[in-house]
Amino acid sequence: MKTAVSIIVNDRRCETEVPTTMLLVDFLREVAGSKGTVVGCDTGQCGCCTVHVDGDAVKSCTMLTAQADGASILTIEGLASADGMHPMQRAFHEHHALQCGYCTAGIVMNAVDIVTKHHELDERTIRRLIEGNLCRCTGYSNIVDAILEAAREAKRGA
Amino acid sequence: MMYEFAYVRPASLEDAVRALRMHSEAKPLAGGMSLLSAMKLRLAAPTHLVDLGRLDGLAGIAGNNQAITIGAMTRHADVAASPIVREAIPALAVLAGDIGDRQVRHRGTLGGSVANADPAACYPAAVLGLAGTIITDRRHIGSDDFFRGLYETALETDEIVAAVEFTRPARAGYMKFPHPASRFALVGVFVAEFGAGNVRVAVTGAGPRVFREARLEAALAKEFTPTVASAVAVSAEGLNSDRAASAEYRAHLVSVMAARAVAWALAPTSQS
Repeated sequence: MKTAVSIIVNDRRCETEVPTTMLLVDFLREVAGSKGTVVGCDTGQCGCCTVHVDGDAVKSCTMLTAQADGASILTIEGLASADGMHPMQRAFHEHHALQCGYCTAGIVMNAVDIVTKHHELDERTIRRLIEGNLCRCTGYSNIVDAILEAAREAKRGA
Repeated sequence: MMYEFAYVRPASLEDAVRALRMHSEAKPLAGGMSLLSAMKLRLAAPTHLVDLGRLDGLAGIAGNNQAITIGAMTRHADVAASPIVREAIPALAVLAGDIGDRQVRHRGTLGGSVANADPAACYPAAVLGLAGTIITDRRHIGSDDFFRGLYETALETDEIVAAVEFTRPARAGYMKFPHPASRFALVGVFVAEFGAGNVRVAVTGAGPRVFREARLEAALAKEFTPTVASAVAVSAEGLNSDRAASAEYRAHLVSVMAARAVAWALAPTSQS
């Protein structure tokens, strides 16, 4: 069974028919070609598939493509600008906030949303807000440092 | 991979009810945080999903001096951030802000949680503890009559939760001991005092469904203090026993969480 959708992915509109069972993450990877969004656990635990749907970080493996009809989606591919990396990407780079890199796109997408919405961030708060993202390599310390740095930079720029 | 299903997007609550009535194996889809996960594991196989996501009238928060009413499709993140909820029932805002993780809170809804009646979900404890009323497309159901058993409620198969009304307490608190892996409540306790001698205590996670703890209610009605709560010996009879916790440990946690919830109610902070 199919359903028609019109979804904006990183400023590009995508109008097509998809199977009703198609998850948003599979649409992003297979239809929109945004392979930076990856599937980790496929059970809503790990957060590797985190993208922004109408400005909110969500897990795209636990959302139907049909539910995103009419929505605007931002994936990791849409973060960088012509001037280079997004400040969050730069902070992850500078703080070595990744090892194998599989969870990174999801964590960066959640982190960007966190810094946009929370203006008073400390280590404890960040650790609580990234509970929905699992990283099996880093032990999180450098990730937290990177987000703190990006938050400070956002504040200076504001 | 999920089993095949037809996707239906009704334009009104009436249309949604009609779609459910037409197909006996249809299910309403709210945020999908539990239902879609269950479908992916093939634990649920509805023939039709009736998506309530576009029924804007089902989302929103309104309050007066006696109660606040929250639309069924209101997301956890919106309840947590609502100035109305934070002012009237801060414990409810903190509870909503601590469900799952923030990505889940951007999708999960009050109505979905209440209709699903997961035995370890947080919202049912607030609904029962705050003497809530479940407002459906056709009737009002008191929280004491709503939660019937494991994932079982008083809802008819074609009935949809439209909103939940929460009674404003004098003070309230919620504390949970999260499961180390799932972060669901191993035990969660919601306490609410509605004036001298009127206390409700609702427990989630500990048994097959959310329930009121009469001994804690009676003791706290006399004196609303953490010391009184921790002195109450809760019976382990009928409580869950699994790898994470025995029934006896859960019984112990009920009075510990109740004491912490009372302490929070007496001196609320922005975090749990």
